[in-house]
Amino acid sequence: MDAIKIVQDAFAKEEAKQHPEFRAGDTVTVHYKIVEGNKERIQNFRGVVLQVKGTGKAKTFTVRKMSGSVGVERIFPVNSPFIEQIEINKTGKVRQSRIYYFRKLTGKKARIKERKMN
Amino acid sequence: MPGLIGKKIGMTSVFSVEGKNIPCTVLEAGPCVVTQVKTEETDGYAAVQIGYEDKKEKHTTKAESGHFKKAGTVPKKNVIEIDSPAEKVGPGDVLTVEMFNESPWVTVTGTSKGKGFQGVVKRYNFKGVNDATHGQHNRLRAPGSLGASSYPSRVFKGMRMGGRTGGNTVTVENLEVMKIIPENNLLVVKGSVPGAKGSYVIIWK
Repeated sequence: MDAIKIVQDAFAKEEAKQHPEFRAGDTVTVHYKIVEGNKERIQNFRGVVLQVKGTGKAKTFTVRKMSGSVGVERIFPVNSPFIEQIEINKTGKVRQSRIYYFRKLTGKKARIKERKMN
Repeated sequence: MPGLIGKKIGMTSVFSVEGKNIPCTVLEAGPCVVTQVKTEETDGYAAVQIGYEDKKEKHTTKAESGHFKKAGTVPKKNVIEIDSPAEKVGPGDVLTVEMFNESPWVTVTGTSKGKGFQGVVKRYNFKGVNDATHGQHNRLRAPGSLGASSYPSRVFKGMRMGGRTGGNTVTVENLEVMKIIPENNLLVVKGSVPGAKGSYVIIWK
């Protein structure tokens, strides 16, 4: 077996959270744990997935949301212990696996057709 | 220092208990075979010679072949001398990654990646000319003055200029040991290690 994978498995925690599968174009809400001093709270980040990158334990994904008129992007590692939950709000139908073109779209153009779940 | 010969496998990252994403390097360490034990009486100094990775008999000279046969092992690609890791080691003994079990830190020596012929900005971290305007043209990454004029009328030896960069022996000290996996001879250290994937490294205890 690949030595890197052996190492990743050796570090993997048993109670690792299982997140649902999603891909670019989907709208997700990431419930992210934030530690302030010694207080913890959960922050929600809802937006469109631009890309899912990497494999195994090093997998990350980028979520873009519009905060007013300003676009905000955030990259999350899928296996981050700070992610409490990933909620899929909408599944989108897009042709590319990395929808960078979505950044330039605004208004009515910035809509994604819904993908039928079967 | 006692140590082992190994190989850089590659890098990955793991999450710590606090949830921090820590970059770490995976190294294959050993198994190394003791090929010779040097003593004060016979050689004038004490050391242990170890070998790593088998090589074919046809790539081995007869002299080398005899040397390895004496130790009761097959010819090895890499051979170094280390300080004795234990009180008693003899030829043919196998040293494994488990020798790092009690060490919280290791030191790694490797050969850095070759960069070819590079200018002074990459090679010596010169700043170059930071202006693109004010009369500057074509000299954004130039070294600047090499010295004074009529005296000494020459460039001093050792003046830093462009040239072959990288490919040097580099040692990184005190890398934190994250994990040891003896079944696969793997050692995981925090941070980076000089060299490309698959290059040979020496891991010092």
